[in-house]
Amino acid sequence: MSQPSMSEAVRGVVRRDLLLAMRHRSDVAMSVFFVVIVASLFPLGVGPEPAVLRMIASGVLWVTALLACLLSLGRLFTADYLDGVLEQTLLIPQPLSVLVLGKVFSHWVISGLPVVLLSPLLGLQFGLSGNSLGVLTLSLLLGTPTLSMIGAIGAALTLGLRGSGLLVALLVLPLFIPVLIFGAGAVTNSVTGVGSEANLSLLGACFLLSLTFAPWATAVALRIAVE
Amino acid sequence: MFETVALSGSRGERVLFSDVSVTVKPGTLLAVVGENGSGKTSFLRMLCGLLSPDQGAILWQGKDIRRLKELYSAQLTYVGHLNGIKDELTPVENLKVSACLAGDDSSGGIVQTALEAVGLGRPIHRLPTRVLSQGQKRRVALARLWLSTRPLWLLDEPFASLDTAATRYVTQRIQSHLSHGGMVVVATHQEIALPPDSVQHLRLTR
Repeated sequence: MSQPSMSEAVRGVVRRDLLLAMRHRSDVAMSVFFVVIVASLFPLGVGPEPAVLRMIASGVLWVTALLACLLSLGRLFTADYLDGVLEQTLLIPQPLSVLVLGKVFSHWVISGLPVVLLSPLLGLQFGLSGNSLGVLTLSLLLGTPTLSMIGAIGAALTLGLRGSGLLVALLVLPLFIPVLIFGAGAVTNSVTGVGSEANLSLLGACFLLSLTFAPWATAVALRIAVE
Repeated sequence: MFETVALSGSRGERVLFSDVSVTVKPGTLLAVVGENGSGKTSFLRMLCGLLSPDQGAILWQGKDIRRLKELYSAQLTYVGHLNGIKDELTPVENLKVSACLAGDDSSGGIVQTALEAVGLGRPIHRLPTRVLSQGQKRRVALARLWLSTRPLWLLDEPFASLDTAATRYVTQRIQSHLSHGGMVVVATHQEIALPPDSVQHLRLTR
C-alpha cells in the first residue's frame, strides 16, 4: 500500500500548479502587465515632479501589488473545484493545511514573485534611491506571500458561490490593510530618511502570523466548500 | 473490512438515506444502485470522508474513519463523478502527478502501460487532455486504478461515457483487484459482469 511523504505531496501540488501556469502563460503575463501598466500610468498622470513621485511611490506600488494579488485569487481553487482535482487533493493522505501551503506557494511564485522581481525597475520610474529600492523589494518579498496566504482564506470561503470575485475582495481587503500600511510605510520611511526597520519587523510578524493560521483556516474552508 | 453502521445522510432538508448498515469484506464489491438523485454520489462521498454523515459511522478495520483521518485516506482510491484531471495537461502528465500525490510508482513506463491497459494508445499520451472525448477522459481518470495499490476503491459511475471495450477493461481490472483481496464500492446504473457471489447490492430509493 502506498502513501506519499509530506514533501513528495507538496512537491506534487507545486509541480502541477507550475506546469499549469506554464500552459497558461497569458494568465501569468496578465498579472505582470497589469502591474507594469498601472505603475507606469501614475507618473504620466501625476506629472514628472521627482519629489511628488518619490512620495507617492510606496503607496502606488504597494496598492498595485495588492490589486494584482486580488486579481489572481479567483484562479487559486476554482479550477480545481470544478474539475474534481480539489476532491482528490482532499483525499491525499497528508495534512490538508500543508498541501494548501504548497498551493499558496505556487500562487505566490506565479503572481507575487514577478512583482517582487520587477519592483526595482518600477521603483526607478518614481525616482527611488538605491536604499529605498532595496526596502521596497524586501517589503514586497515579505508582503506578497502574506497577501497570498490571506487571500487563500477568502478564495476558499467563497469557493462555489455566485459573485465570488466581488465577495473575495470584500472579505480580504480589510485583512490586507495592515500589510499595506506596514509595507508602504517601510518604503515611505526609507524615502524620508526615517528607519524602516520597525515597519519591516511588523511586516515579518504579519507573514509569520499568516503562515501559522492561514493554511489551517483555508483547509477548514475548503472542506466546508467541498461538502 | 469496511462497514457502515446505521448511516444517515441528507442534502439540505431532504433525507437521502437513513440507517444504512452494510459490510464490505475483502474480495467483494458493493454495487450502490438507485435512480438519479437517490443519493448514490453523496453516499460514496460520505464513504470517502468528503461528506459528514448526519448519523451513524463508517468503520475501517473496526475504527471510525473520522478518527483515522489521513490513515484512512491512504487506504482508498476514489474516482469520482468528476474526472479529477486537468484539461491542460497530457494524459501522461495527469497520471504522473496523480501517482506522485498518491505515493504510487510512476517511474519508467508504468504510466504508459496503465494508459494502454485502458485502451489509450501511444499517440494519445502526449496530447492535451482537453482534445480528448468524454470517454477518453474517463479512461484517463480510470487508468489510476492500474497504478493503485490501495485496498479500497470507491468508484462513482465508472462506466459513464465508456464504450463496450473500455467497460470490459475496467471490469477485468476490478475483478483482478477483488481476486487479490481488494474491496470495491461502485455507484452505478449498469450491471457489472462479475461472479454473483462477489457482488452485493445496496439500493437507495428517493
